[in-house]
Amino acid sequence: MTNTLHRYGNPESLRDDYIVFAIPARGINDQGCVEKLRTFLRSALKYNPVNVGEGAKGGIFRPSKSLNLISTYLRPRKHGVAPQEVAEGVDGPGTVAAVFDNKESMERFLEEVKSLDLGISVNVSALVDDTREACRLVGICPHSVEYSLGFRGRTERLASRRVLELSTMCGHGMVSFRLAQKMIDQIKEGRQTPEKASTFMAKFCTCGVFNVSRARRLMEEARVSD
Amino acid sequence: MLVDKAKCVGCANCVSVCPMGAIHIGPDRKAEINQDECVECYTCYRGLSTEHLPPFLVRSVRGVLRLFRLRFEPDPDVCPTAALTPNEITWPRLVRRAFSDPVVPHESTGTKGRGTAEVKTNDVTGRVGPGQVGFVVELGRPSVGARFREVDKVTHALADAGVTFEPNNPVTYLMSDVEAGQIRPDILNEKILSCIVESKAPLERVPAVLDAIEKVSKGLDTVVSVGVSSRCDSEGNDPLKKILEDAGYTFYRGKVNLGLGKPAKA
Repeated sequence: MTNTLHRYGNPESLRDDYIVFAIPARGINDQGCVEKLRTFLRSALKYNPVNVGEGAKGGIFRPSKSLNLISTYLRPRKHGVAPQEVAEGVDGPGTVAAVFDNKESMERFLEEVKSLDLGISVNVSALVDDTREACRLVGICPHSVEYSLGFRGRTERLASRRVLELSTMCGHGMVSFRLAQKMIDQIKEGRQTPEKASTFMAKFCTCGVFNVSRARRLMEEARVSD
Repeated sequence: MLVDKAKCVGCANCVSVCPMGAIHIGPDRKAEINQDECVECYTCYRGLSTEHLPPFLVRSVRGVLRLFRLRFEPDPDVCPTAALTPNEITWPRLVRRAFSDPVVPHESTGTKGRGTAEVKTNDVTGRVGPGQVGFVVELGRPSVGARFREVDKVTHALADAGVTFEPNNPVTYLMSDVEAGQIRPDILNEKILSCIVESKAPLERVPAVLDAIEKVSKGLDTVVSVGVSSRCDSEGNDPLKKILEDAGYTFYRGKVNLGLGKPAKA
């Protein structure tokens, strides 16, 4: 589970968004895949992903269910777990993902994934031309491709471009339009920083595929240009 | 989902995080959930951090601050008094949670999220073969939601266009007549955050199927996102690209299955 196909934005907006994920096929190669999934994430961490995640427990940025007066107001708040904890916390079959904000890191990670020969499916969700170029560079022949053709139907019910760019970075729709708009508004009013706002939104993405680096850039652009 | 009114202090943080806009502040200045619009996605309950502050303390602080024209504003990702409370749900409302909360695995496919594999494992499963095209039609996302009666319109249109529905897909499991694309009638009014209808057809049917999706989408009360997939040849090229370009579609983003998966040995 990652559901990253329909991240909104034009190619320029999507220039720093590369998700690499591994997924076992249920009933075929999911037995004994846990260590392979951990290896995938451990390897990803060498290339400085901006987020990593797994479907059952989430990404780096997670809500805390045990805050109190001291942990909230008198100490710097912790907004999640160490990336290593995400990797070591995989304890069952499922999708694991690493999000990169630059093509070079994604390419170097693909090179390592190829050499690891884990035997489970690995996909890249990004601009297709970038992925194809990375495949050529690393010597991988793609097996299948799935294109996003965008939105249809009552598109007037969708939010503004800036809100959609942020909200669709959680493919399951857990980052609401209102939260994204609220964060943009608070940044413009000087009541929030893009760093904090991107962290707040990332906590609602249960797969850890929210790209906090792209979110910071988009909100900074919104702050200076609108 | 319910709001424990004894705990709620009306900070409204849950209002903005609800993807469906189903939460509002009522006349008693406490949060209320419109149960008909709530899709049981648990975003408010799971996504908000909780502080467990005593409600009387928070209300008192808010009252004092109001005297000085100041506002108590917790971080936007926090419910200060842990006021959101899951309630027991039964059929047919159960489908809301199954299709809206990505942490809950679909009973039908055993997969979390929207319960689909699409071509993500195609190198292992061979689900979409040479000469075939996979269609994924997602209804409701982002932040709009969809009733199953809208899904029913799409599945009927796809069936009429001659697709084969993916048997291992949660929506297909809810069809009373798979050949006709008929969704079982007892869930038609249930609202979900989103669902993905998966099907496939021969390559030459792509323009006709996409045309059917375009037409049915115009009569829906929700949004639809469309994905199409195919196998690549031995050079890594796919036949779909030219077909889509010829049909006038703009596309640049997608998922590429790298072909690194291997089926388990028998």
